Amino acid sequence: MEMDLLQRFEAYIASDKKIEPKDWMPDAYRKTLIRQISQHAHSEIVGMLPEGNWISRAPSLKRKAILMAKVQDEAGHGLYLYSACETLGVQRDDTIADLHSGKAKYSSIFNYPTLNWADIGAIGWLVDGAAIMNQVPLCKCSYGPYARAMVRVCKEESFHQRQGFQIMMTMAGGTEDQKAMAQDALNRWWWPSLMMFGPPDDDSPNSAQSMAWNIKRFSNDELREKFVDLTVPQADLLGLTIPDPDLKWNEETGHYEFGEIDWSEFKRVVSGHGPCNKERIETRRTAWDNGEWVRDAANAHAEKRAARRAAADTAAA
Amino acid sequence: MDARFDYLLRLGDDALILGQQLGLWTGHGPALEEDIALTNIGLDQIGQARAWLTLAGRIEGQGRDEDRLAYFRDQAEFRNALLCERPNGHFGDTIVRQFLFDTYAVGLHEGLSRSSDPEIAAIARKSAKESAYHLRHSRAWMVRLGDGTEESHAKVQQSLDDLLPYVGDLFHSDEATQNAAVEGWGVDPAELREGWEARFNEMLDESGLTCPESVPEQTGGRVGRHTEQLSFLLAEMQVLPRTYPDAQW
Repeated sequence: MEMDLLQRFEAYIASDKKIEPKDWMPDAYRKTLIRQISQHAHSEIVGMLPEGNWISRAPSLKRKAILMAKVQDEAGHGLYLYSACETLGVQRDDTIADLHSGKAKYSSIFNYPTLNWADIGAIGWLVDGAAIMNQVPLCKCSYGPYARAMVRVCKEESFHQRQGFQIMMTMAGGTEDQKAMAQDALNRWWWPSLMMFGPPDDDSPNSAQSMAWNIKRFSNDELREKFVDLTVPQADLLGLTIPDPDLKWNEETGHYEFGEIDWSEFKRVVSGHGPCNKERIETRRTAWDNGEWVRDAANAHAEKRAARRAAADTAAA
Repeated sequence: MDARFDYLLRLGDDALILGQQLGLWTGHGPALEEDIALTNIGLDQIGQARAWLTLAGRIEGQGRDEDRLAYFRDQAEFRNALLCERPNGHFGDTIVRQFLFDTYAVGLHEGLSRSSDPEIAAIARKSAKESAYHLRHSRAWMVRLGDGTEESHAKVQQSLDDLLPYVGDLFHSDEATQNAAVEGWGVDPAELREGWEARFNEMLDESGLTCPESVPEQTGGRVGRHTEQLSFLLAEMQVLPRTYPDAQW
């Protein structure tokens, strides 16, 4: 019986059909998806914090409105993704508890601080740019609810990426102070952005299985190369310098060659010792704890109202 | 000061200060849905602020745009009601502040949508749709928190007791507002109080919250006499344009 189900599942994957919540799926597939989708959802929610940090100081009302709308989009992405995760049989509150306890991870990029206004541009341009590179292939991933959520997420992310680039253009074309802020932001966000694609292919333990299941469609190094190829000419256009002395165009391969990524930094940040890891989780926990009485009140009111309705119905009958 | 300019600053500054404060909730709400809702309401407020301040600047005729007015005035030049600058506090404080404002804003926007000035009327019609939605949201939470648990009832009752003294400032009436009403392009807020009371009392009935006996009112925002909180809020909001006055953003 199990064998038949497995064969059918594998046939689905082979023919590029979508797996839906009620379809049978191997436990390991379910677990991989729960891990990946919940990490993705957490990344959206934690990712609201570094950008939210500048909402109160946005330098014009238009920029303030755009940033609020953008960060609100991230909350919306979190919501779709937690919902996609729930189709796999886990509850949102439990998933969030795993984030708060440190059991679940989120994208390490959000453990870096936003120190000047150009960081808001750099995040849109580089971080959202790298995220799109990672996420566009997910629109075709084998799990239906995740693939569909990603279609909408990607549309919004590409809009975010353009607004980030537009901030960078304004800053890079502005006063000397603004140019310096733009360069400083690029210096700090460049390498962490390259790390967003994950460890090199020969050191990526989960990749092979995810590729076989059509959850992952391109390798970490392939996507990283594509990102560098696309981004370097954009930096040139901005008149900014990528902080990599080894960066050069290779005529033969048709790709840029870039310097060694400091994987020890990546591991340090992933394992909880980046500049803002503690602060980010603490902020999320505080928001959750401070909101407990509010959630309790909403539940209590809903129960009381249902009870009052039921009593009124009984009285009327 | 031109009466119409002064009047529009009051409208713009209320929305701006509320929007600025609601933006601080982004990423810190009690649930994801509320994070989205509070940011969305804040976004509407910023949108309204931009429209009112742009119009104010044009009427003033000194070349000041929305950003010049938002970022380069000092606290004594702000004309927002004191209620709007009360700190976010906890979720209940923010909801009460918003509810007390929304119950005023729905009447205001409805009245202004009949303004003889077509630009004021147009902004008001758009704002009226938004404030009706904001009121639905804040009112629903007044009821949930008032009726919910003992803790939530006590907390939100305290918020209400604390913030009610600031309501009177919303209805401040002077020559500018009276002229606005007589000339037909504006509404005298004093006329909005009755409608406000009715909406407020409906909420009390449904939430089980009570109105404190007698409340001496705190006023002064409309003439630029503010609370200590405002200059901190402005220092944070205005920091970039003030530090780099030559920059375009």
